[in-house]
Amino acid sequence: MEIPYTISTRPDTGLWNAKIGIWLFLASEVMLFGGLFSAYIFLRIDSAPGMWPHGLLNVPVGTMNTAILIMSSVTVVLAWASLKMRRYRAYWWYMLVTILCGVIFLTVKLVYEWPQKFEHFGAYIKPEALGKYEKYLGNERRAEKGMEPRIEITGHLHSQNSKEYEVALDPVNAEPDNPVMDRPHFFPLPVTDKIATIEKEDVQRATMFLPTHNAYFASYFTITGLHGMHVLGGVLVFIYMWLPVSKRLYQRNPEHLANRVEVSGLFWHFVDLIWIFVFPLFYLL
Amino acid sequence: MDASTSVETHHDPHAHGAEHDHHELGWWRKYIFSTDHKVIGIQYGLCGLVFLFFGFCLMMLMRWQLAYPGQALPVIGKWLPHIFGPGSMPDGKMTPDFYNSLGAMHGTIMIFAGVVPLAFAAFGNFVVPLQIGAPDMTFPKVNAASFWAFAVGGVIMMISFFVPGGAAKSGWTSYTPLAAFSDTGPGHNPVFNGQTLWLIGFIFLISSSLLGAINFITTIIQLRAKGLTWMRLPFFVWAQFVTAFLLLLAFPPLEAAIVMQLMDRVAHTSFFLPAGLVVNGAPVDISGGGSPLLWQHLFWFLGHPEVYVLILPAFGIVAEILANNSRKPLWGYKSLVFSVLVIGFLSFIVWAHHMWMTGMGTAVSAFFQTTTLLISIPSVIILSAFFISLWGGSIRFTVPMLFATAFLPMFGIGGLTGIPLAFNSADLYLHDTYYIIAHFHYIVAPGTIFGLFAGIYYWFPKATGRKMNDFWGKVHFWPTLICMNVIFLPMFLQGMAGMHRRWYDGGQGWAVSNEHTIWGLTGFQWNQPISWAAWIMGLAQIPFIINFFWSIRHGEKVNDNPWEATTLEWTAPSPPPHGNFIHTPVAYRGPYEYSLPGSERDYTMQNEPVEPAERTRRKPPAEPVVV
Repeated sequence: MEIPYTISTRPDTGLWNAKIGIWLFLASEVMLFGGLFSAYIFLRIDSAPGMWPHGLLNVPVGTMNTAILIMSSVTVVLAWASLKMRRYRAYWWYMLVTILCGVIFLTVKLVYEWPQKFEHFGAYIKPEALGKYEKYLGNERRAEKGMEPRIEITGHLHSQNSKEYEVALDPVNAEPDNPVMDRPHFFPLPVTDKIATIEKEDVQRATMFLPTHNAYFASYFTITGLHGMHVLGGVLVFIYMWLPVSKRLYQRNPEHLANRVEVSGLFWHFVDLIWIFVFPLFYLL
Repeated sequence: MDASTSVETHHDPHAHGAEHDHHELGWWRKYIFSTDHKVIGIQYGLCGLVFLFFGFCLMMLMRWQLAYPGQALPVIGKWLPHIFGPGSMPDGKMTPDFYNSLGAMHGTIMIFAGVVPLAFAAFGNFVVPLQIGAPDMTFPKVNAASFWAFAVGGVIMMISFFVPGGAAKSGWTSYTPLAAFSDTGPGHNPVFNGQTLWLIGFIFLISSSLLGAINFITTIIQLRAKGLTWMRLPFFVWAQFVTAFLLLLAFPPLEAAIVMQLMDRVAHTSFFLPAGLVVNGAPVDISGGGSPLLWQHLFWFLGHPEVYVLILPAFGIVAEILANNSRKPLWGYKSLVFSVLVIGFLSFIVWAHHMWMTGMGTAVSAFFQTTTLLISIPSVIILSAFFISLWGGSIRFTVPMLFATAFLPMFGIGGLTGIPLAFNSADLYLHDTYYIIAHFHYIVAPGTIFGLFAGIYYWFPKATGRKMNDFWGKVHFWPTLICMNVIFLPMFLQGMAGMHRRWYDGGQGWAVSNEHTIWGLTGFQWNQPISWAAWIMGLAQIPFIINFFWSIRHGEKVNDNPWEATTLEWTAPSPPPHGNFIHTPVAYRGPYEYSLPGSERDYTMQNEPVEPAERTRRKPPAEPVVV
């Protein structure tokens, strides 16, 4: 038994089955990420002054990853177009580039960006102790300028004992009164060699930049993690379509393979689109 | 290429079973890991029925504690601790934790593992492709994946009863922060604990309904038989179509919420947790900054469309059966279709009426109050159209028809008692009382579940070629109908007297309820007749269970169209072979052409071409008749 309209289009709808299926799936995905993004908005609007961090992510690396994803979206269209023109060789190459782009994206995320966060340390200072650490926070000047206060000291955890943390400070805490530090930087500044000693009894909560650190990192890791799983899913599907097993399908029915590439390409564009939202929400704003 | 092969498989007119197929499938592929929509539908149906009965058993246990709080449950109470662990019912007396587990899991299992799989997935899978004249669903493998995701989700939910600490116990709504901290701490595994498994199980159940919904919508759009235009679709197909959209779009926000609650529990984030929480007398080490209300919004964004996921398939089933057994066309087909579409749309913008108690502000409340009242309009249109459909019909009170007609007043009671709840001010009093329990159970228990029973009795001959026994069907119907009302009608009164829905002692400790009597019994004393009715209703399901399994092999053999119905599924052999139809069906007319004037029989099937004589008969008289 064969299901009608798997490859050819139904005359009155003008569509083949999987094309409707993937659009419905994407509609559902919009609602899934919509739920997460609305949670982001909810948490950000609700956050106490100073609790929502800025400028902690590496913008050039994020920009590069954005460019890589956009490029892969182009190459997947070229792969599909090559199939439509029955040029399998070109298809094979374009698909390979798409897969590599996906792999590079994931590698950057998992090997570079995430671990870098896991090594970064942040300590929220208790409200009553903020004055004690004024030299790292610069809140007097910020209050004059009408900016929200800094309540966190960040950097690399040098050492700790039962009483205190020793932190190699981020530039923003090393020179808190420098006007350059008022705004996030495009190029991230390295951790300074200035060491600050923070007493544990002055600390509200101190952890590495893990999901548990604050609402920002909770949503950052959840959303980029779920997005990463979508990228991984797309890459696996593309690998299947690039392997010799799909060449046999091409020889049997090239249109069928073209349809598959079209459908998975639509998914890939969607994943790309999600990143277009993730990038400004977490890296830039 | 697909067209040519599909003709090839169907060209043998004597094919009545799958046996003739060139590639014979093994037993496992044919009945267990099948991709045939009928087998998957039946798998879903059997699992759904088992889960429904299991969920009902949980409730029957709770009813003991409500009627006789603190007393040892005779007989069963002795061996239940051996199954659910010593913490559940020591000496046959139910612990509060176990009571909460039963309550949370009753709701979860009934809705997500019982009614949705049965109403949407089972009936949708089995009936929709047949009714639209399709050989199968558009994506048979995705369909199988959907069932197996459901099975895994169901198994995880069941396993959660047997982990240390027992199953989830924060209500089926799993409100945070309670749910974020239940089943944590000493004696609980960080992952294999009730609430975390509840969340993981849900991810599978949601994935399952996502795959199902995509399949249903695509199938209905793409695989309608030639001539089966949108306005010729049986109402059941429309109902399933809208239901699929609700599942497709409403479930993912809950999935997002579930992922976030999972992060809260496993990665110790604070999506739903505000700062400064104190649990068991100690401040919790979390960052805070989350919002408990966010969970409620995301949950009810699913939760309300879900109500219509439960009821719309039942509407569809009842519509088919009413038209068939009143032997006249469904009244107001177009208004029914548009009503169901409007319900589908409005159901997305009423969710916050579950949250009046949170104090969202008057503007927000006014908006949701208005939309909630608006959605009652299409519901009333549908129910009225059903009642009018009965008018002047020559009704056949078959067993499916008994359930379908009983559905109408039962759903009516459930719907009308919901109107006070739509009003912010009235709901503040009735919220979280037994009134709410009675209201929504009238919709889903004697409402939806009667619709499902009706559907099972109605399509059983299509699935097996045999009819279920009429007498035992009636023995099933009447006690069930009476018990349903004895159970839920007094609950309205208990609720109005102020009884809270989550009281472990059934309201025994509540002084006020013991001063006022309702028809001679106090609010608490009413728990006893209610519980007895529930247990008797449990017994009343035995005739159904026996009838169901006995009729598969020994029921009365019937022809392909035993109910003399008009829709396309009755043109296929019973049971339909793999690929369903011997000749690819073509539809020439609407779905409910009963008692067509001038026709020999009182039903004309959709695949019967329109005769030239019929066209002239249908023309209005040439000259006005002067009296």
